[in-house]
Amino acid sequence: MTEMSKIVRTIAGVTFPFAVIFGLYVIAHGHLTPGGGFQGGAIVASACAMILVAFGSKWTMEKIKEKRLSVLESLGAIGFIGLAFIGLFTSGVFFKNFLVGNNYLFGNEALGKGDIFTAGVLPFMNFAVGLKVIAGLFVIVLVMAYATTMMKEGKK
Amino acid sequence: MNKRDVAAAFFFAIVAVFLIFGAFMMHPFGEIEESDMDDYIIRNTQSIDADTDGAGADNAVTAVVFDYRGFDTLGEATVLFTAVAGVIMIFRRLKDD
Repeated sequence: MTEMSKIVRTIAGVTFPFAVIFGLYVIAHGHLTPGGGFQGGAIVASACAMILVAFGSKWTMEKIKEKRLSVLESLGAIGFIGLAFIGLFTSGVFFKNFLVGNNYLFGNEALGKGDIFTAGVLPFMNFAVGLKVIAGLFVIVLVMAYATTMMKEGKK
Repeated sequence: MNKRDVAAAFFFAIVAVFLIFGAFMMHPFGEIEESDMDDYIIRNTQSIDADTDGAGADNAVTAVVFDYRGFDTLGEATVLFTAVAGVIMIFRRLKDD
């Protein structure tokens, strides 16, 4: 798809940071409020898709290659399964929440007070899944839009 | 009005009757009748007891999805990874490199 008019591009550029910050907020508070890695990642990927629609797929593909997004997605997957394996090696149980209960890193007791330093490895897992969903959903949309543009121009 | 329309109307009437009965049989909004299971889940997800495997998270849904049922989330992440790999594999030959 080609780029849209200057008004649309300006408004998309203005609203993009707010949407990204809201999505990152949902990811960061996944263990306290409704939402989590998947939901916040979908919000950030929607913001990136808005940039893609406004600026066109060629411009977006020049700015950010899909190989880098694939690397980000793989990093999220490796982080998620690496946390699970750290739980296996430290406590003997796969997906063991090995950080909960200590006093220095996300180990406080929750008790419904909204303290962000709770829940052990859940914030890290939320971050890993969020990174994975951001990169995964955006690379799907980006590659399909770019391929459609290339097909319309007759290149094979 | 052929036989398919008659069958569709019959099926729709049955579903509508069940939906209306279900709507009348719901208990009023906000009045919890049995909350023993909810209290148990919330108490055990918010604690940090090693005996009950407490996750220490305020959001009980995140505690269930990422801690107690981590394998389910791992499968979902694998589904997303497979989708990305398939899309990139299909559309790779359309690039002009």
